[in-house]
Amino acid sequence: MKEKVKIGFKDMGFWYGSKQILSEVNLKFYSKKITALIGPSGCGKSTLIRCINRMNDLVPTAKIDGRIIYNNEDIYGKNADVIELRKKIGMVFQKPNPFPMSIFENVAYGLRIQNMKDKNEIARIVKKSLEKADLWNEVKDCLSRSAFGLSGGQQQRLCIARTLANDPEVVLLDEPCSSLDPIATAKIEVLLKKIKREKTIIIVTHNMQQAKRISDYSCYLLNGKIIEYSKTENMFTHPKNKLTKDYLDGRFG
Amino acid sequence: MVSEQSKQAIYFTLFKSATVLSVAILLFVLLFIFCEGAGVVDIKFLTSMWSHREITQGGILPAIMGTFFLAIGVSVVSIPLGICTAIYLNEYAKENLLTRTIKLAIRNLAGVPSIVYGIFGLAFFALFLKLGGSLIAASLTLGCMTLPWIITASEESLKAVPNSFREGSYALGATKWQTIKTNVLPHSFSGIMTGAILGLSRAMGETAPIIMVGATFFIAHLPNSPFDKFMAMPYHLYILATQHSSPYAREYAMGTALVLVALIFMLNLGVFALRYNLRKKKAW
Repeated sequence: MKEKVKIGFKDMGFWYGSKQILSEVNLKFYSKKITALIGPSGCGKSTLIRCINRMNDLVPTAKIDGRIIYNNEDIYGKNADVIELRKKIGMVFQKPNPFPMSIFENVAYGLRIQNMKDKNEIARIVKKSLEKADLWNEVKDCLSRSAFGLSGGQQQRLCIARTLANDPEVVLLDEPCSSLDPIATAKIEVLLKKIKREKTIIIVTHNMQQAKRISDYSCYLLNGKIIEYSKTENMFTHPKNKLTKDYLDGRFG
Repeated sequence: MVSEQSKQAIYFTLFKSATVLSVAILLFVLLFIFCEGAGVVDIKFLTSMWSHREITQGGILPAIMGTFFLAIGVSVVSIPLGICTAIYLNEYAKENLLTRTIKLAIRNLAGVPSIVYGIFGLAFFALFLKLGGSLIAASLTLGCMTLPWIITASEESLKAVPNSFREGSYALGATKWQTIKTNVLPHSFSGIMTGAILGLSRAMGETAPIIMVGATFFIAHLPNSPFDKFMAMPYHLYILATQHSSPYAREYAMGTALVLVALIFMLNLGVFALRYNLRKKKAW
């Protein structure tokens, strides 16, 4: 079966100042699949996904080499519009980071900054997004309350809803469950499997069981290099590289 | 060998006594001024023009109004400018040698004695720009003095906004300005206002710089343009306390001090109420 490529990395390298974080990254992320990035702390997983929505632009010493192709265009090309890119490629962070606003306003944020004025339309999209994020039933009666009153897991689902409100094509998740308990984590996993029908999902995770449970493809990174990339079932049952096998067996280091 | 428990008790007592002592000193200052000055403060004292010969026949209205106008002038000059500068330095400016130098210079300027701003104001605003001794010259002088305080305070409260808000906003496709407007400023607003009002209240109490740029002990009318000379409470009480011959001068000086303290207190209370309301509304 031939998969449709959504994002492609071509000989990509990345530096913070003179320190090289990623090197020779060649990678394809497939449309409407979940791809998990696994690897030990500091191997460059987060840096890699932060290149996809250009969050690394915020770091003054960041330097990038090679190309990242999204919808047939180089996202670091001369005519690339980083604002448009971030609307199409959403991101959920490690620590839930709701804005200091009401639950409703958190989800409406992306619409408001695009100057959407139609109140009914905004309300409709907010409801739809919260439903998609499996949060609507829990918050429908307190939409005007502060988002900070929600539990950690609810906050993280709110952040997912906020991202979905922009109707992105790709959702990046940077260890979204690392601060959550197993039940909250399970809810997010169910949710991700559901939204994969419409979106391409790239998730960084420390939890290999999680990668195994939810992802279609897995990519093992070590010291800024891709060691192995294949279908998740293949990687977890028959890792090709000895380094990958060591890591999966917990014999890393 | 002192046990950890006794050490704990010793340090606890040390910090607690320090707090008690500090509070006692500050309360004593307030109480002293109140006891000495409260006797002369009445409606006439607050609302009458100054009577130069028989000071008991008049009040300090022109000094109150002078200080009030000065506060408005300083706010207009330094609060918007200071806040915008802080936003630029903290949110837009690239972190490099130039930015660091500028930030360091601003912090140093915040420590320059007020009299230095006074002589600068006299030389530049009063003489070179020919504004003379006037409300506007004094406002500009005090504005220069408060500018670094306000920039520093605003910068600190901008820095206190967690970066995760900014990242979350950028990740949704917000521009820098949208992020600042909807996520950074609302969160740092109360801190910025506190810094600004603190700067303003210190400026209202300044004496040295305004003597050089237009404060006078006695004028027969309220200032009716920014180019008029003016009376101001700190200078007024200084003259009353040190140079006036009336037997009531000391009491009147204390009364003036009390009114000044009360005004500044009210200003701070206003900010407190504003912050409280903001926090209640947003519930974060």
